Amino acid sequence: MSEGPVNSPEIRRLPRVLEPGYNYASVTDKIASIVLTRPVSLGWLAGFTLSFTILMVLLGSIAWLIIKGVGIWGINIPIGWGFAIVNFVWWIGIGHAGTLISAILFLLNQQWRTSINRFAEAMTLFAVACAAVFPGIHVGRPWMAFYMFPYPSTMGVWPQFRSPLIWDVFAVSTYGTVSALFWFVGLIPDLATLRDRATNKAAQIIYGMLAMGWRGSARHWHRYQSAYLLLAGLATPLVLSVHTVVSFDFAVGIVPGWHTTIFPPYFVAGAIYSGFAMVLTIAIPLRKAYGLEDFITMRHLENMAKVMLATGLIVAYGYFMEFFLALYSGNKFDVFLVQQRLHGPYSGYYFALILCNILTPQLLWFQKVRTNVAALFVMSLVINLGMWLERFVIVVISLTRDFVPGAWGRYQPTFWDYSTFIGTMGLFVSLLFLFVRGLPAISIAEMRELVAHTSEEHE
Amino acid sequence: MSDHEHKYGIVRSGFASTNPEDPDNHPPTAEERELREYPLDIAAANAKAKSGTGKQYWRSIEELAGDPHFEDLLHREFPRAASEWDESVDRRGFLKLLGASMALAGMAGCGRPPEQHIVPYVKQPDGLILGKPQQYATVMPFGADAVGVLVESHEGRPTKIEGNPDHPSSLGATDAFAQAAILDLYDPDRAKTPTEAGDIRTWAMFQQAAQDLATAQKSVNGAGMRILTGTITSPVLAAQIEYVLKFFPQAKWHQWEPAISDGAREGAKLAFGRYVNTVCRVEKANVILSLDADFMANGPGHTRYMKDFYKRRNLTGPNDEMNRLYAVEPTPSVTGSAADHRLPLRASEIELFARAIAAKLDLGGSATLSKDAERFADAVAKDLQKNRGASLVVAGEQQSAEVHALAHVINAALGNAGATVYYTEPVEANPVNHAESLHELAADIHKSKVDLLLILGGNPVYDAPRDWAFSEFEQKLKKVHTVVHVSSHYNETSEFSRWHIPETHFLETWGDARAFDGTYSVIQPLIAPLYQARSAFEVLAAFTDKPGVTSYDALREHVKTVLGAGDAEKNWRKSLNDGLVAGTALAPLPVSAKFSPASLPPAKAHNADEFEFIFRPDPTIYDGRFANNGWLQELAKPITKITWDNAALVSPVTAQKLGIGRTIASRGGEHGQVRSSVVDIELSNGKVSAAAWVVPGQADGVVVLPLGYGRKNAGETGTNKGFNAYAVRGSNALWATTGGKVTVTNDEYPIACTQFHHNVEGRKIVSSASLEEYKKNPNFAHEKDETPPNGLTLYQNFEELGYYKHYKWAMAIDLTKCNGCNACVVACQSENNIPVVGKDQVMRGREMHWIRIDRYYESGLETEKDDDSEIPALANPPTYFQPVPCQQCENAPCEQVCPVGATTHSAEGLNDMVYNRCIGTRYCSNNCPYKVRRFNFLRFQDWETPSLKLMRNPEVTVRSRGVMEKCTYCVQRINNVRIESEKDNGGVGREIRDGEIVTACEQACPSEAIVFGNANDPNSRVSKLREKVNPRAYNMLGELNARPRTTYLGAVRNLNSDLEKA
Repeated sequence: MSEGPVNSPEIRRLPRVLEPGYNYASVTDKIASIVLTRPVSLGWLAGFTLSFTILMVLLGSIAWLIIKGVGIWGINIPIGWGFAIVNFVWWIGIGHAGTLISAILFLLNQQWRTSINRFAEAMTLFAVACAAVFPGIHVGRPWMAFYMFPYPSTMGVWPQFRSPLIWDVFAVSTYGTVSALFWFVGLIPDLATLRDRATNKAAQIIYGMLAMGWRGSARHWHRYQSAYLLLAGLATPLVLSVHTVVSFDFAVGIVPGWHTTIFPPYFVAGAIYSGFAMVLTIAIPLRKAYGLEDFITMRHLENMAKVMLATGLIVAYGYFMEFFLALYSGNKFDVFLVQQRLHGPYSGYYFALILCNILTPQLLWFQKVRTNVAALFVMSLVINLGMWLERFVIVVISLTRDFVPGAWGRYQPTFWDYSTFIGTMGLFVSLLFLFVRGLPAISIAEMRELVAHTSEEHE
Repeated sequence: MSDHEHKYGIVRSGFASTNPEDPDNHPPTAEERELREYPLDIAAANAKAKSGTGKQYWRSIEELAGDPHFEDLLHREFPRAASEWDESVDRRGFLKLLGASMALAGMAGCGRPPEQHIVPYVKQPDGLILGKPQQYATVMPFGADAVGVLVESHEGRPTKIEGNPDHPSSLGATDAFAQAAILDLYDPDRAKTPTEAGDIRTWAMFQQAAQDLATAQKSVNGAGMRILTGTITSPVLAAQIEYVLKFFPQAKWHQWEPAISDGAREGAKLAFGRYVNTVCRVEKANVILSLDADFMANGPGHTRYMKDFYKRRNLTGPNDEMNRLYAVEPTPSVTGSAADHRLPLRASEIELFARAIAAKLDLGGSATLSKDAERFADAVAKDLQKNRGASLVVAGEQQSAEVHALAHVINAALGNAGATVYYTEPVEANPVNHAESLHELAADIHKSKVDLLLILGGNPVYDAPRDWAFSEFEQKLKKVHTVVHVSSHYNETSEFSRWHIPETHFLETWGDARAFDGTYSVIQPLIAPLYQARSAFEVLAAFTDKPGVTSYDALREHVKTVLGAGDAEKNWRKSLNDGLVAGTALAPLPVSAKFSPASLPPAKAHNADEFEFIFRPDPTIYDGRFANNGWLQELAKPITKITWDNAALVSPVTAQKLGIGRTIASRGGEHGQVRSSVVDIELSNGKVSAAAWVVPGQADGVVVLPLGYGRKNAGETGTNKGFNAYAVRGSNALWATTGGKVTVTNDEYPIACTQFHHNVEGRKIVSSASLEEYKKNPNFAHEKDETPPNGLTLYQNFEELGYYKHYKWAMAIDLTKCNGCNACVVACQSENNIPVVGKDQVMRGREMHWIRIDRYYESGLETEKDDDSEIPALANPPTYFQPVPCQQCENAPCEQVCPVGATTHSAEGLNDMVYNRCIGTRYCSNNCPYKVRRFNFLRFQDWETPSLKLMRNPEVTVRSRGVMEKCTYCVQRINNVRIESEKDNGGVGREIRDGEIVTACEQACPSEAIVFGNANDPNSRVSKLREKVNPRAYNMLGELNARPRTTYLGAVRNLNSDLEKA
């Protein structure tokens, strides 16, 4: 090996994004085999069965909800929004990492995104799917939820465009559509690979149709690259806009604890924070189960940990500013809210949230922690919990004590709140299980490009 | 219906008629009678059962026996159809039928055709326009009072009760009980048919049985016959009882009214040597002292008194004067909470206080009081002296005869008698000491002297005192050969009665009653009895020689004597129209008090460490008679804000001493479930477990046990709610006693409390000042407002868009005039078809009231803690009530966030709810700073029960689940008036006049605290109560820039500078 710049100590110190020793064929083999040749493992079957069962809990809960009404949940007056909205915001937040990794890091030419972008995007889609469950069912009359769409009603009634919920409808559906398109376009070359490698007739037909006639010609690649770039460009602002709009649901409201201008950036940062935590939560078991340690390397994990640390600090800044602005403004409702956060009946949740979201991630300053897989996994769970608590604190606890003391209330979730929430996890994990077995979890095409780079490194 | 009826507008429904000429009121036919007229042939049945081959299935013993009468009856059960299908059906015929049934299957949904012929209004009754409600005057008999009401009727269905402006007891207002009476009428749990030992009987069978019983009694001159009633103010019913007593000379009439004390009666006897009726002229008094008297919420004439009281609290400007109310009472009442100065005293100390006042007015006697009480009494006595002839001392319903006598003497000494208070002949038909009366009855029963007991209304098994001879009243009743119980519900007493006759509701019957001042009032029915119900009058008649006589006949007969000379028919019609006979108020009696306070025995020393237990009628379900009324059950009690339960009330200090704890449950919590320690109370040889509840402002050491709960057989709604205070109520301690024991257990009981937090946290919610401060600074209510300038909104201003040009509806609520009496809440519930959700849902914070009354204490401390740790401040805090309906904001936060435009702004400034469009995101409620929106979390409304469907206001949508709702300013009333005004002037139309539109809450409010009108009209009443015109006007949370149309007027208290704290 020569002492070139690529082998400079700084570079070498960085873990690799792809372990050496792979060529085009071996990369393809390794990834495609998970889908095509590996037998269904007992673990997969058990996991899928479990998650599918939980998914059925979701369906059961929704059925009961439609039969009885939203009163089966713990919501009340004054707490009109409970778990459903908390979960919605949480899932949408999680759904941010995928697009961020695929689009923004793509535009910024961050190679390390390659091996994680595919399943991060899939995770985004599934998280958006989980989130999308809630706006539809949380309303009192779910069968009328279509009123929120701007369709040409015979009565000439349109949605009320001043409402942030309508902005939400557009933001989330646009985000869902673009993410799906982006994901699918990225999949096309890989689908063609699978089509070509499949030995099973049915698989050949299905992958063949999905591959949309991809032949890998230079022209195809050219078009593909531009399309992908364009979509990345399109998806980038959406990453920022979706959670900004979601935060408007609150920021536009006048409830103390909602009505603050810090919300958009703070929500976006929080979304990315939780999204990366979720990517880690999935990546760590995935690379272990399918032996993908060479593709999802320590470099990836460490980078994600750094992103979490950065966004976590932004979130911490958000918390701080929320307090600071409340105290600085002297608005008695906001000041009271701060007191409530710290001393109110729900202060325990607030301190738990500080512990999860601010204190725990400070460990990520240490490289030892960042490179400890087990620690990262635990931390990713803690941050996910923390981000859920954050939404709970914002959505629910702000509503418990607002303007008129005579109308103050408390909130306690019911069995159905929990079953619906856990049920969406069933949906999420079920989709992930199907995804892992049905589509290449890592982009084969992009990994091949990496092989080129890594082989250069070794020369 | 006959023309005769239409002419007089007596009965106006297509439903049925109460007229005796009506063919429906025929005497029982042979067919009705035959069910039981043939003895059962058990032997034949047995024989038949044995003789049969193989298995047989039989529906009843009669059928088994092949009883020809039964078969005949069976045949006739479907009289029109039973004989038609006797020929067998062949294949072709079967196919024909099959085809026909397929074709007609869809029609099955149309329901069963009515049996009677229905006739459209070919000849429309006078004054009736379909779709237009009519109003009829009647009275609601209640205790020793008759509340004059106007009842709205939609095509023969009474739907809403309002006060009768012409009637002295209401002057157009009502209390919560009168408002809720409509639900009692349609209560699906009402008894529906006469029963004998639980088996259904016809009225004719009862009449027969009554005649048999009467014959038996006649032979002994009625020696074994007793009649038990409540307080009777109905001359017709009293005359009928007298008639029965004449018929059975040895029969006796007893009376028992569990929630009305004998104190007033015996006090009058003590003071004047005879029973008199006390009538106050509250509006004439400058200074009022309430000796534990809740005269605005309890007792005869309370609605009227409340109205009169607040007539003297009309503050249009800083130069107006107010009356002043002092209250000494053991536990906060509606009246006491509204008082300018209030002193918590134990019930037993009230008498001492009254003695001290008497002594200070040089009437003799003496009493030693605590330092605080002495200071209070000094100030009160001075103030009373200053206002001789214009002051008033009122003794409480539950207070002893001595206190009443002292009040009479003090009033006489101050020259108030004849000025602010006068005395008349008793309004009650037969004033007796109820406790003695019931005791006598129980003793007679015990001695087996009673064979026949007629209980006309009431529920003595439940509400008689437990000790004494009543301890086993149930057992006693078993000793009576025949008990006939007349009551609206099959209740605890009915279970022990041989016969139970459903009693008619006052909206179903003819009758009369005297109001608190003696005004003769006529009860006219608005609907024929919904079930086989009879009035107490008719039940009594069944025992006489004139069993068929109806209340209507008797009433017509009696009214002649009241009306006197003149055109009898015309006068009758006028009294029906008015609901009363004008000029029949009883004349003042020239009585003088012959009582000297000095003659009272020295006061008993009481031990301050001993618990004092006092009994009170419940503020919402009274003595238990309204236990099955869901509206009243769900109505938050004025002071405690508890619903669906009673609780043993204790002061904060006593609670701390006892170690009573409270946990705010995480579900609903402050606005829902609060878990409270359970205490065991041993008293009068009884024991009861009750949830304890801390009430700021209660006297220390006093345990209040509200009556009326713990019913065992009240109906679906009222059974097994709360604890039964009657179980520890002894006859010697009907209202207050010591010598009991309170043990705090480790159990907790969930209480549904709609408002737990009692502090405004320094927010601009309730503004208050003393009269002096107000005079100094009339702008106290809004001077610190930080209301942003108008037009500070991102969106176009509605005014610029041309809204509010014509009418601009607004409401003003005067907090000086609100004492939290709750009439508006029930009025709104009745008007707007608001569902009852039940305790569980209230505990989850989901009650549906469109107007709520928030109660705040002025403690001078801002607390962040969840417990009542600032006990000293809560010993006797000034209390403020704030009715909160939708504020109808001009800059409504709810409207901007609804994604589907289901809540929109009308051109007149209402925030309209479009139920059809609402999908139920609840965003509007979250964004409502006043939290006045109510959501149908589940299907709260009862869509099945037929009787409840009759009750609903057809002008208001019945909401189903999943939609948001809220106060509409009674938009249906606005539109009714609008339509009328536009039709007026020969179709040219005119402006709506001020006061033409009256919202339900405004109409019910006895103190006229709520005023609705057009804010564009500078001369409207509401305009004069709004910002920039009335200095007291302010916006609740004005700094939020929601620009509410509902504005408040700051509360002003007329404080005595002698008593004001430094």
